[in-house]
Amino acid sequence: MAFIHLKNVGVEFPIFNAQNRSLKNKVFNLATGGKIESREGKLTVVKSLEDISLDLVDGDRIGLIGHNGAGKTTLLRVFSGIYAPTSGECAIQGKCVSLINIQLGINYEETGRSNIKLRAAMMGMRPKQIEEKIEEIAEFSGLGHFLDMPFRTYSSGMQIRLAFATSTSIDPEILIMDEWLSAGDENFKEKANQRMSQLLDKTKILILASHSRELLERNCTKILWLEHGKVKMLGESSEVLDKYFSRS
Amino acid sequence: MLKKTSFYIGSQDAFPALREYWLPFVLAWQDISVRYKRSKIGQFWLTINTFIYIASLGVIFGTLFRLNLHEYLPNICAAILTWNFINTSISDGCLAFINSDSVILQIKMPFFTHIIRTVTRNLIVFAHNIVIFPIIALCVGYGINFYALFAIPGLLLILINLLWVCTILAVVCTRFRDLHQVVISLLQIIFYATPVVWDVKSLPKDVSPLFVTLNPFYDFIDLVKRPLMGQPPGMNEWLLCSALAVIGWCVALCVLGKFKHRIAYWL
Repeated sequence: MAFIHLKNVGVEFPIFNAQNRSLKNKVFNLATGGKIESREGKLTVVKSLEDISLDLVDGDRIGLIGHNGAGKTTLLRVFSGIYAPTSGECAIQGKCVSLINIQLGINYEETGRSNIKLRAAMMGMRPKQIEEKIEEIAEFSGLGHFLDMPFRTYSSGMQIRLAFATSTSIDPEILIMDEWLSAGDENFKEKANQRMSQLLDKTKILILASHSRELLERNCTKILWLEHGKVKMLGESSEVLDKYFSRS
Repeated sequence: MLKKTSFYIGSQDAFPALREYWLPFVLAWQDISVRYKRSKIGQFWLTINTFIYIASLGVIFGTLFRLNLHEYLPNICAAILTWNFINTSISDGCLAFINSDSVILQIKMPFFTHIIRTVTRNLIVFAHNIVIFPIIALCVGYGINFYALFAIPGLLLILINLLWVCTILAVVCTRFRDLHQVVISLLQIIFYATPVVWDVKSLPKDVSPLFVTLNPFYDFIDLVKRPLMGQPPGMNEWLLCSALAVIGWCVALCVLGKFKHRIAYWL
């Protein structure tokens, strides 16, 4: 059983090298990012998230929406357990996998096959699991003999195929994504989408940050709308999406 | 109560990382192999470069100061190899978190994993270089005896110590970015002050022997150097380095536990 429990969570970044900021900067930053505050005259902090309360349990599929700098990535990192909130309560249980940058851990000089192993190890797979899955991943990628060639010789489409095939071979309890993963040409895309939905079926909690209305409607049951690091709205997909997209 | 202490939080980071040791090993091996991927003789460039460094330094200094090359060459070879391992581990250790920022910000894994990766990477370099020692000993006809086997536990003790040093430095250097440069300068000073390329016997009479005996780096080097040179391992260095390891680990686990939740914010 997996769950995520956030209560009045706040995240503040210390900025150690910030110089005196002009008023213009201040106004400018307010328009895009979180709040910037000066503490005791010397330490500058950026308030990325403020007062976020949220409970997710098995079966929840939540979408994150908000303009650039609203705090989506920061919140995703809180969910992954990377940022421990600076205030509030936070309890997360469940094996969490984040597919934000699916090429992380890949090495351009190595062959495709060793890159599958590297990427899988990076995502927390054990050597034995990797051995079990490598053939399936290799086959799904459809790269054939190219698997024994260095990654740098791949076209960008092939690179994404390999990263996609490996990244989607995991069994997470909590899956965190920034935009949808898609790969390759039309033929592969269909295969890829099928694999994505299989992955989602195995996942207990899905967290998806996106700007695409169609995508969020299709995959999420709840939407969290962030603005300036605060919850602007949290509720049923259609309701929040209607508000969000009619706002501008 | 116990679960709230920094020490406990720190050990909850370090021990799971040690249990999953294969991950930092794979990453460390990767770090080395990628550097030499397109070269013909690959990572043996490491060995060749070090060999040239030691041989030229040994012959030039030995001739300049009229030293007995038969003893001087294997001596500085063992000392330099060990010193290089310690030196590069510590200066790399400062950057352990900074260099892995993209991983830390995306995948939750113990922070100690990055420390093991750094030290292991340098251990692999050392393993490539250590083959120089028998070659040099053979060239000058210096006999190696079975005491040389004690170099292995000696190396292990150095390793245990490096892990705590790197943990503390990695945390502090991530917060204070200038510190890495300070550490590099300090290591430079230590290199000159420690009998690596010079011998303890050449210390002038009016300089207190404490200058050397109180220097833990001298003991660390001796852990590996003495057995390789065919001398029995010394009680002193073993006691001192073991004591340092125990105290250092306690401090390192506390530091790691106390600042663990802040590291991601500093990157």
